[in-house]
Amino acid sequence: MSEELKPVEIIDSPVYMNYSFAAGRATSNFLRSIKEGKLVGQRSSITGKVIVPPRGSDAETGTPTFEEVELPDTATVIMFTVVYIPIPNSKVQPPFIVANMVLDNSDQTFIHLVSGCKNEDVKIGTRVKAVWRDKSEWAYSFNNIEYFQPIAGEAPVDIDALRAKRLKEVEAFKHA
Amino acid sequence: MREVAIIAYHQTPMVRDAGAKNDVELVMEAVHGAKAQVGFKNTDIDFTCSGSCDYLGGAAFAFVGALDALGAVPPISESHVEMDAAWALYEAWIKIQTGHFDTALIYGFGKSSHGPMHEVLALQLDPYYTQPLWPDQISMAGLQARAMMDAGKLTEKQMAEVVAKSRKNAKANPNAQLKGDYTVEQLLAEPMLSSPLRKHDCPPITDGASALIIATREVAERVLAGTGKRPVYITGIDHRIESHQLGTRDLTSSMSTRIAGEQAGVSKGKVDIAELHAPFSHQEILLKEALGLDNSTVINPSGGPLAGNIFMSAGLDRIGAVATRIMNGEANRGVAHATSGACLQQNLVAVLEGK
Repeated sequence: MSEELKPVEIIDSPVYMNYSFAAGRATSNFLRSIKEGKLVGQRSSITGKVIVPPRGSDAETGTPTFEEVELPDTATVIMFTVVYIPIPNSKVQPPFIVANMVLDNSDQTFIHLVSGCKNEDVKIGTRVKAVWRDKSEWAYSFNNIEYFQPIAGEAPVDIDALRAKRLKEVEAFKHA
Repeated sequence: MREVAIIAYHQTPMVRDAGAKNDVELVMEAVHGAKAQVGFKNTDIDFTCSGSCDYLGGAAFAFVGALDALGAVPPISESHVEMDAAWALYEAWIKIQTGHFDTALIYGFGKSSHGPMHEVLALQLDPYYTQPLWPDQISMAGLQARAMMDAGKLTEKQMAEVVAKSRKNAKANPNAQLKGDYTVEQLLAEPMLSSPLRKHDCPPITDGASALIIATREVAERVLAGTGKRPVYITGIDHRIESHQLGTRDLTSSMSTRIAGEQAGVSKGKVDIAELHAPFSHQEILLKEALGLDNSTVINPSGGPLAGNIFMSAGLDRIGAVATRIMNGEANRGVAHATSGACLQQNLVAVLEGK
């Protein structure tokens, strides 16, 4: 193929856009709290369930949530996977565990790292507690928690039983 | 054809900056407002369709995030268009025509205060030749207004008259962002922004959301019985698109609007009111001509997009504004127009009637 018939494969067309981010009222409260080392969710008045991190709405019913609920930094592993691919620019080395967890007294899972243990020791139902970064590093970020670590001496819980117990507890907060 | 009627419409206030509120919080306000008007629960809605643009907030899949406002448990039948929500209404109308659904919720939202709105809109242009030059939407609209002037179709005075009328009409619209009494002389004394456009010839940057509910005749009559409101039937609806390339189009007229208007049957009866999605003042004059409307039609009684322009919902708002007036008996037959793209590239026309 002659030089001039080579396909043009690249053109420069840079795009830069600056946006201001609006987290929303509920998420803003969550971020302000986590900067102070506290975890705050919101309770749906319709279902009674506590959503964390909150998004301002109960996605299950599509209704606004207003009631703020402070939560402990202990959780239960609902599911997890062992990742063998490195995270770019992270000091976390594979294989590491990414888990879907539910904070105590809440009803919606979130994803975070589980570390500070042997990967083989993590099970569905493992009880974990947040390991916070040094206070000087706290920002408006879920990353203020470096990872969750299994709680020594606590046995894994049966997550079906946990779910059933929570559903019973939230009944009391349901909208009349 | 199944007869389809608009039975509810709700718009949030149109504001320059909705502050900390995110898309979900805006959409909840609009959707709950519309549902409350007809006492609808999620189970009363067969199909949901929305219109929005992820580039506005700079967040990929923002439209999926907005589903948190709906309550999609149990799962709902839903769709989205990366277009003004007027096209979401078109999709919902088609879905009802298929016979599979009897009711639909349509919503549109735009939080334009997040980013550089006029530059964001350059990203909808042809990515090889036009977008790399970064023409902002005001400059492009300026080219169109200039072309109209050169063709003897427009004067600066006419543009100022459109703006004065919009701001005056908007005084009766509690959701309007820009309103008040202005004289043509006052407006013409303002400096140019992108000649021949002055700032007031351009749409305000608006945050907000809107929702609208449509239903078959059977559902509409049952739901609105005894409310003093009447169903507003969509008796004609059509949309047409022109070339992406500004250079291939005659910017001084809108052939796509004219054809859509003919297909929708605009001229088949008296048009009491028309809401035209003309974000720039000169475009109202252009659209009025394309739709064959004369001075017996009240144009943009809500104030139109110059009084508040929820990007990606301003077209749906034209439909909602006409429908509200017909629903309340203030008009019998009206025309609503929506546009998308640079310089009125794509246009939708709906004829709405109270029966």
